[in-house]
Amino acid sequence: MWIKAGLLPLFITYIIGLVLMVMPMPLFLEAWRPDWLSLVIIYWLMALPHRVGMGTVLILGLMTDILMGSIFGIYASALLVMAYAPIRHFQRFRNYSLTQQALVVAVLILVKRVLVYQLEHWLNDAVFHVSYLYPVISSAIAWPWVYLILRKYRRHYGIQ
Amino acid sequence: MKSLFERGPTLLTRLVLALSCALTLMFLDHRLNTMQPVRSFMSTLIAPVQYLAVLPEQVMDRIVYLATTRTMLRNENKLLKQELEELQMAVQRLNFLENENDRLRQLLGSDVREASRRMAAEVVAVATDPFSHQLVINKGLANGVYEGQPVLDNRGVVGQVMSVGRGTARVLLIADQSHAISLRAERNDIRVLAKGTGDLQQLELQFIPHSTDLEVGDKLVSSGLGGIYPEGYPVAEIISIDRNERLQYARVLARPYAQLDRVRTLLLLWPADATEQPVYDTEEETAGNDHVD
Repeated sequence: MWIKAGLLPLFITYIIGLVLMVMPMPLFLEAWRPDWLSLVIIYWLMALPHRVGMGTVLILGLMTDILMGSIFGIYASALLVMAYAPIRHFQRFRNYSLTQQALVVAVLILVKRVLVYQLEHWLNDAVFHVSYLYPVISSAIAWPWVYLILRKYRRHYGIQ
Repeated sequence: MKSLFERGPTLLTRLVLALSCALTLMFLDHRLNTMQPVRSFMSTLIAPVQYLAVLPEQVMDRIVYLATTRTMLRNENKLLKQELEELQMAVQRLNFLENENDRLRQLLGSDVREASRRMAAEVVAVATDPFSHQLVINKGLANGVYEGQPVLDNRGVVGQVMSVGRGTARVLLIADQSHAISLRAERNDIRVLAKGTGDLQQLELQFIPHSTDLEVGDKLVSSGLGGIYPEGYPVAEIISIDRNERLQYARVLARPYAQLDRVRTLLLLWPADATEQPVYDTEEETAGNDHVD
């Protein structure tokens, strides 16, 4: 029951999301790096809500915490809260146009980043920078492409 | 769509379960500090992701290297030889001065400064949060890297090691918001405390009275007072001073010498009093071993 068809392709997209998250980039692009992992997670939550759920998000969040060197659970809890809406409303979400989806994604990423900031602020006295919210915009711009590529990918490998 | 009617616990229950799991981990990690073994184990586990992340860059480097022509190599070789010659001349003088300095310190009854050992390391990954400026390097416990070890690049101090895995270690940059370093102005020995701002190009000097004799362009070197960074390495240059009397302290900003945004190769330093010993991978790396600081 646990190992279903398409587990490996699914796994590969998570790895790609994680890799893109920590890939070194030139400084001027750094602040604009889209939140790849969140985009990948949102897509799979929306496309396969019966399969990708809170457990997956929790594990990916903890891996993010390790990669980012933050305190265990910061990214995990932010991603979990962010994941609630796409799972809850996946049917509505699927029927939106790409532009509408991009707007919703922007709001979701905003929620996630504000949560991460707030937790970091409580635990580590982080100071807010507006540049921390640039990825909200770049993620919304990247969303249609992520969506189309992942949809093609999903159909090609027949993941369901 | 497989199941119209959900089985098992409701979504909200699952969210609460997973969240409480994450919050418990957060509590364990932050308040009780019990997660360090788990953390270093997971770092080792997740290291492949970090190696994958730098792979494109390495491939690009390789392609650029393969595409260099003979003339370019020859020119580069010439330039490097010139530079080497100049450096060798400078080192001759330096050795002489070092010996003299040691003798003078002996005469004064101070401790003679001992040699520190070093090792080159490559940056494997970067953490991109503005709240946590960190790098991952490809040297770890196996190479004798330890927590709190100073890390430099060819221009100045980069940061310190904050956690160590088996083959990798995490470096906290001096520009991180949670990092502060004790510095000394080279011109007049004024001691200052430089705190990271979260911006890679800026450090903020704290608690500077308005009357302090600091100027734009002053060079700040590590003071050696924190116990982590050895004395005398260049760290930052003052780029702006705002002596607005309405503020309690003067607002002084400095720019790190180290190019924190594009570091590729770093230097790990083992001060003479460190209990850990560097473990070198290959023979040629021992070349810098006997250098005196």
